[in-house]
Amino acid sequence: MIRTEEMLLNVGPQHPSTHGVFRLVLKIDGEIITEARPVIGYLHRGTEKLAEDLQYTQIIPYTDRMDYLAAMTNNYVLCHAVETMMDLEIPERAEYLRIITMELGRIASHLVWWGTYLLDLGATSPFLYAFREREMIINMLNEISGGRLTFNYMRVGGVKWDAPEGWIEKVREFIPYMREQLKGYDQLVTGNEIFMNRVKGVGTYTKEDALNYSLSGANLRCTGIKWDLRKEEPYSIYDRFDFDVCIRDGGDAWARYHVRLSEIGESLKILEQAVEQFPSEGAVLGKVPKVIKPPKGEAFVRIESPRGEIGCYIASEGKKEPYRLKFRRPSFYNLQILPKLLVGQNMANLIAILGAIDIVLGEVDG
Amino acid sequence: MMEGLLAAEASWLNFGIFFLLAVVLLFVVLGFVTYAILAERKVMGFMQLRYGPNQVGGRFGLLQTVADVLKLLIKEDTIPKLADRPLFILAPVIAFTPAFMVLAVIPFTDKFYFADIGVGLLYYIAISGLTTIGIVTGGWASNNKYALMGGMRAAAQMISYEIPLVMSVIGIILLTGSLNLNDIVEAQKNGWFIIWQPIAFIVFLIAAVAELNRVPFDLPEAESELVAGFHVEYSGFRWAFFMLAEYVYMFAMASLITVIFLGGWLPLPFLGFIPGAVWFALKFTVVIFILIWFRVTFPRIRADQLMEFGWKVLLPVALANIFLTAILKELLNIF
Amino acid sequence: MDGEKDLEQLKKEAAAKAKAAALAKKKEKEQSTTEEVSAEEEPMDIAKQKAAAAAKAKAAALAKKKEKEQTTTEEVSAEEEPIDIAKQKAAAAAKAKAAALAKKKEKEQSTTEEVSAEEEPIDIAKQKAAAAARAKTAALAKQSADTGDVEKAKAIAAAKAKAAAAAKAKAAAQGKSAGGSDEKAKAIAVAKAKAAAAAKAKGKASGADSAAVSEEEKKPSPNQPVLDKYIKIIEEHLGKSILEDSYINELSKDVPTLVAKPEAYFRLAEFLKYNEQLSFDFLSELHGTDFETHMEIYTHLFSYKNRHSLALKVKVARENPEIDSLQPLWAGANWPECEAYDLLGIRFNGHPDLHRIMLGEDWIGYPLRKDYEPYDVEV
Repeated sequence: MIRTEEMLLNVGPQHPSTHGVFRLVLKIDGEIITEARPVIGYLHRGTEKLAEDLQYTQIIPYTDRMDYLAAMTNNYVLCHAVETMMDLEIPERAEYLRIITMELGRIASHLVWWGTYLLDLGATSPFLYAFREREMIINMLNEISGGRLTFNYMRVGGVKWDAPEGWIEKVREFIPYMREQLKGYDQLVTGNEIFMNRVKGVGTYTKEDALNYSLSGANLRCTGIKWDLRKEEPYSIYDRFDFDVCIRDGGDAWARYHVRLSEIGESLKILEQAVEQFPSEGAVLGKVPKVIKPPKGEAFVRIESPRGEIGCYIASEGKKEPYRLKFRRPSFYNLQILPKLLVGQNMANLIAILGAIDIVLGEVDG
Repeated sequence: MMEGLLAAEASWLNFGIFFLLAVVLLFVVLGFVTYAILAERKVMGFMQLRYGPNQVGGRFGLLQTVADVLKLLIKEDTIPKLADRPLFILAPVIAFTPAFMVLAVIPFTDKFYFADIGVGLLYYIAISGLTTIGIVTGGWASNNKYALMGGMRAAAQMISYEIPLVMSVIGIILLTGSLNLNDIVEAQKNGWFIIWQPIAFIVFLIAAVAELNRVPFDLPEAESELVAGFHVEYSGFRWAFFMLAEYVYMFAMASLITVIFLGGWLPLPFLGFIPGAVWFALKFTVVIFILIWFRVTFPRIRADQLMEFGWKVLLPVALANIFLTAILKELLNIF
Repeated sequence: MDGEKDLEQLKKEAAAKAKAAALAKKKEKEQSTTEEVSAEEEPMDIAKQKAAAAAKAKAAALAKKKEKEQTTTEEVSAEEEPIDIAKQKAAAAAKAKAAALAKKKEKEQSTTEEVSAEEEPIDIAKQKAAAAARAKTAALAKQSADTGDVEKAKAIAAAKAKAAAAAKAKAAAQGKSAGGSDEKAKAIAVAKAKAAAAAKAKGKASGADSAAVSEEEKKPSPNQPVLDKYIKIIEEHLGKSILEDSYINELSKDVPTLVAKPEAYFRLAEFLKYNEQLSFDFLSELHGTDFETHMEIYTHLFSYKNRHSLALKVKVARENPEIDSLQPLWAGANWPECEAYDLLGIRFNGHPDLHRIMLGEDWIGYPLRKDYEPYDVEV
């Protein structure tokens, strides 16, 4: 008797692609996936529990490690939450430095996503081109904060270090260079027939699904919903800059690809304006008490990180440590739709879909 | 020279000379493989804004592949316990041998060739299909689900692309009137077939890349996105044999493209003083460079799209090319 | 410094033990008077009291440390800092007051007096902390003016704190005795007196501060009409007994916050999602918190149609915490609820696949709880 059997395949914690330690238990029938069950928690480090014993400034290095590809936005969300609770005023120069570093971090994160996504799909060169640009950004961030991947740069009330001599000029020179490179990326990859065949129509979901599954960031904008927290609920000084929100219709990996590449262009626009408006002098850390004690109560703030909406909830009792600290991590929420997207796909699309969601395991597990 | 040897009567001396020449060719091919691997790594590196190997053997890493092969030779030879032992050992041999056998019919210059059979092209294509058996054997003998899947996929791919491969050269055969590779080269004295048969050239190039299991068709090999390919259980020298088979096959395929489409050892119109061997080497190098260039640039095609492409696009185009050639030939004959 | 720390720790432990015993006694006394407590809830209360006591001990110890730090490092603060801190402390005091008021309102509204009884010690601890803060505020604000007054106020505060600690120590020394509760009551009275004194001192200090505080309390939040609208719609459709509380959370960008009753939680959430005027279609965040007397689920909802946020909270009992799952309404609540189950032990009824996603099924304990002890085989 010939019969077919469902095979249980373990796409193990050691993943060939660079997403991190992520395990996917698949039930496949020949080539088609019938059920997918993600298993996470391999990188859970208990940040929230640790934070209950640390002062707010001491928690900032922990936030770096969550979404380690876009550490500036993580730093910022914690500082923003505390500043909202304490109603602090941030000096102008600090705000501009924050914006510039966050947007540079956004571009770097999208470059990593682009390079590794194409590496997963088989093209080995874009990875190196993306990292060439990223290396320039990382060097700039290194000059200003001392770290290449984790910065520990923001503080409650401003930033820790001022920009060194000539740093703003470097940022200014980088912007047109990056624009040229973006055109090159388009020529190399975006019009490539093979690439288009692999990502068009793959991993599609509707607007209602996106809202239902709490997706955010590029995953939401690829369905046509025009929503960017930098525009809709402006924080810091984003309301001074003129930029567009990139959306695409379609809800497939192709749309997400375009949204993210366009976002790099928009970040460059913001950078241009920020560098122009940069105040030539000023303090970088506002008047904050030595020991930061937010008033008793709770607050939840959310900002736009490259991966989506990152939020920080603080329940404080007026002490210098938080009573409860919780991060709303975008990759954690974005990954919930994966089992739904994978049913009925064949194995080769698994990588295309997983890559397009753009997760970082440090953030999924937290 | 070869004509004389081929026409002479069979004797042990004759056999000895041929054997020696074959060994020489084998060493030449191995040398080519060594430096082709290095060239691939260096060219890929330069296209990706990095240096390739530049430590072992001087500034250009000339001894890199030697070091790699040496490493592979001294590795432990593991054979899985439940693997089918005779087939496991035999699979790399089956994969390599046809790749080497087809070199017999390639005319390197007008004086230097090994065989002058009237069905050279057919021999080439028939024997090169045997490589698939080696791959399937390797996948089966490993006693590994993923290797089997990879092997099956490789077999499907290679068989599917044989058909457009053959169909595309029928146009050439129509124009030449012979399957003999020497005659084909001779027939290109009035213009290389790349000019007369551009469609066939493109189809053949694509099908050749698929035959070679190279990017963008390297799904059986680089299935490391999900599972490793058909040679997952092979390590050390046996794996090196598979790699060797791939590169020798690349040598053979590039030579075939040079012979069929680029005029073999024929020179460009006014540069006849340069010997044919140099011309052959130059054209051959250009083809290899293009193959490496493809590897750097393109992402991988998905398995089902690959099949679709082979059967629904390449095959009809190749057939259309045959009809077109036939009609053109008739028209040319009338006038 | 180490010697001091050891002493502090010892004091903390002693205070905690004493408090546990004292609170237990107090609880018994109050239970006998209210007559609304069932037998099986006693151990839970005691556990809650213990947790509350631990929190109070920490608060007291911290307050003491603060006093100590103040006396040793006075030149730390720059000229402008105290004013800022004063402002912040004023705001904090105002908020604490508002929270206290809200809690008082809550107490009046709720039918079960247990909540109030349990929350009193927390209230008092919080008031003590607020009082200490106010005292510092007063002290710093008057730094330029009357240094003598400041010293006196500080001294009084320090003395009162010491008195409270001494009272606790005495209670510990005495152990379990009926008199313990009296001491407790005395300590509470002392604390209250201290709070009153500090408030008076603060009131005397800078008229501007108090005026600012009262101004902040008076100015309504711009989202108040939105909150009123929501409450009106909810009460129209679901009746008045569905919300436990509602307020504007000024610290969190003025987000309207609703506190639902546990039984009505799912109905309210459903209504929030499907009603056309509210249509909260996006669940931004869901998590649980362990406040030692109860656990709380905080949900942050957002409506893309109306571009409004809403925070929805529900209080869950701490022993066997169970609440309805929101997964049938928002599929994005799936994993956050698993995470809350994993780290806090809150069970969600109606969840399709509740499993411990972060820690694995064989982890013992719930780490984010305040009384979590790591189960370590080697140690």
